[in-house]
Amino acid sequence: MARYDRAITVFSPDGHLFQVEYALEAVRKGNAAVGVRGTDIVVLGVEKKSTAKLQDSRSVRKIVNLDDHIALACAGLKADARVLINRARIECQSHRLTVEDPVTVEYITRYIAGLQQKYTQSGGVRPFGLSTLIVGFDPYSGVPSLYQTDPSGTFSAWKANATGRNSNSIREFLEKNYKETSGQETIKLAIRALLEVVESGGKNIEVAVMTKEHGLRQLDEAEIDAIAAEIEAEKEAAEAAKKAPPKET
Amino acid sequence: MKLDTSGLESVAPVWGAPGELVDGFAAAPSFELPNPADFDGFQKEAIQMVKPAKGTTTLAFIFKEGVMVAADSRASMGGYISSQSVKKIIEINPYMLGTMAGGAADCQFWHRNLGIKCRLHELANKRRISVTGASKLLANILYSYRGMGLSIGTMIAGWDETGPGLYYVDSEGGRLKGMRFSVGSGSPYAYGVLDNGYRYDMSIEEAAELARRAIYHATFRDGASGGVASVYYVGPNGWKKLSGDDVGELYYKYYPVIPSTVEQEMVEVEWEVEVEQEMVEGAGA
Repeated sequence: MARYDRAITVFSPDGHLFQVEYALEAVRKGNAAVGVRGTDIVVLGVEKKSTAKLQDSRSVRKIVNLDDHIALACAGLKADARVLINRARIECQSHRLTVEDPVTVEYITRYIAGLQQKYTQSGGVRPFGLSTLIVGFDPYSGVPSLYQTDPSGTFSAWKANATGRNSNSIREFLEKNYKETSGQETIKLAIRALLEVVESGGKNIEVAVMTKEHGLRQLDEAEIDAIAAEIEAEKEAAEAAKKAPPKET
Repeated sequence: MKLDTSGLESVAPVWGAPGELVDGFAAAPSFELPNPADFDGFQKEAIQMVKPAKGTTTLAFIFKEGVMVAADSRASMGGYISSQSVKKIIEINPYMLGTMAGGAADCQFWHRNLGIKCRLHELANKRRISVTGASKLLANILYSYRGMGLSIGTMIAGWDETGPGLYYVDSEGGRLKGMRFSVGSGSPYAYGVLDNGYRYDMSIEEAAELARRAIYHATFRDGASGGVASVYYVGPNGWKKLSGDDVGELYYKYYPVIPSTVEQEMVEVEWEVEVEQEMVEGAGA
C-alpha cells in the first residue's frame, strides 16, 4: 500500500486514489461548514476558531463572494482555497465577457470541480485539500441553489449539507430536521445545525446570508448571538413541554 | 488575441504512421508571413486582393411578433453571375438564423462552427445559448482572425429567453445590437424601403411583405443582387421560411402589365409627300 501513495497518477491495486483520499482526510480535519437552501434565501455558516487577540478578524473571512450572486464557503486547506477562489472569480468575469451573461451556480461549480479533478490526473501536483459549498441564485430564473464539490472533483446539488469537522453529525441533524423554509427560518436552521458541533456564541461561528435582491450579507456577532439565544430559548421550551404533565398545552 | 483554431482542428490525428507516408504535415494551421520592406502597406494590399466585394443584399429587423430575415440569392464574381440560387440565410439551429454577405465559404464555415459551439453550450449548460452569447462567440472568433482576409458581414437573428434578438457581426471584429440592419452592396436601396415602411407593430404578413419589397427594390437597382428573395420569420417557436419569390416575377406582380385598348389600328396609308420629285421614288400612288 505504501508504494501507491507517492505519484497520484497511479491507482492502487484495489482501485483507490490514495492522494485523493488523504485530501479528504485533510477536509475532515478542517473547520465545520454548513449550507442550507431556502425558497428565497441561501445560508452559509462556518465554524470560526477563536481569533487570536492581536489578529484582525476581518482579514480571515471564511465565506467569500465569487460574483454578485454567488458565494462560497469551504473546509480544508485555506491556502488551496485562496487559489481555487481566485481562479473561480476570474472565470466568473470571463464568462460575463464572452457570453454577456453572469454564470449560473451550476456552471461555476462545474468549473471548480473540473479544476479539482484536473489536479488528480496530472503529474507532479497534488489534489486541492478542500471541499467547497457553493450557493447562489440563477441570474434569470432567480432559483436558489446549493452545490458541494470535493477533492476528487465530483459535485452535486443539495438542499442542505455540511462539510469539514463533524460533518456527519451535522448532516444527520439536517436530515432529521430539514424542511422547506424561507427567510429567517432558514437562517435559524443553519445556525441550529452548526451549533450541534460548535460551542454556542457569535464569537465561534460566521454566518452569511444571500438573497436575490441584496446579494451576500455577513451577519454580525450581535445578530448571531440574538438568533442563538432564540434557539436556546426554543430548545428549553421544548424540553420543559416534554417534562411537564401531558394535560398542559 | 490568441487565434481561435478550434474550428480548424480535425478530429482524426493529422500524423500518419510515424515517418513514412505523411511527411511534413504541420500540426497547427499557421503560415509564415513574408518580410517585405513595407510591412503595413503589404498587409493592406494583401487584404484588398483577398477581400471579395460583398455583392449581396441581406436584411433583418425586429418587430412586435419577432424577427424578420430576408436575403437575395445571387453570387457574382466581378461582372459574372456565378449563381442565382445561393442560400444566404443559414440555419444555425432551429431558433437562430445567420445571414451571409461577403465570402460565401467564410460565412458558411463559421456559421456551421457557431452552430456546433451553440449545441455544445446547450449540452453542457442544459439551457439554450442566448442570441447575445452566440453573436459574441462568433465576434470573438472573427476578431482573432482580424487582418487575415476573412470577409464576413453577417446578422445573427434569433429568439431566446429575453425575446427576439438581432446582432450585426463582421470580419473586422465589430458587433452591434440593433432593431434593423441591412448588409451588402444592395443595402442602401433596401434601407430606403425598409426605413420608410417600418413600424414596430406590424403583423407577420405586413412585415414579410416589407422585407420582400425591400429585397426586391435592392435587386432592381443593384447589379450584384438578384435571383430569389427569401423571407424567413423567427418567432418564439423558432424560425420558419415564409416565402422565396423570383424577383423577376415580383417585378410583374408589383408593376403588372396593363393591356391597354388599341386606339388606332395600323393600316396602310397613302401619303402625299411634299419633297422634291427626284427624291421620291414611287412614293405615293
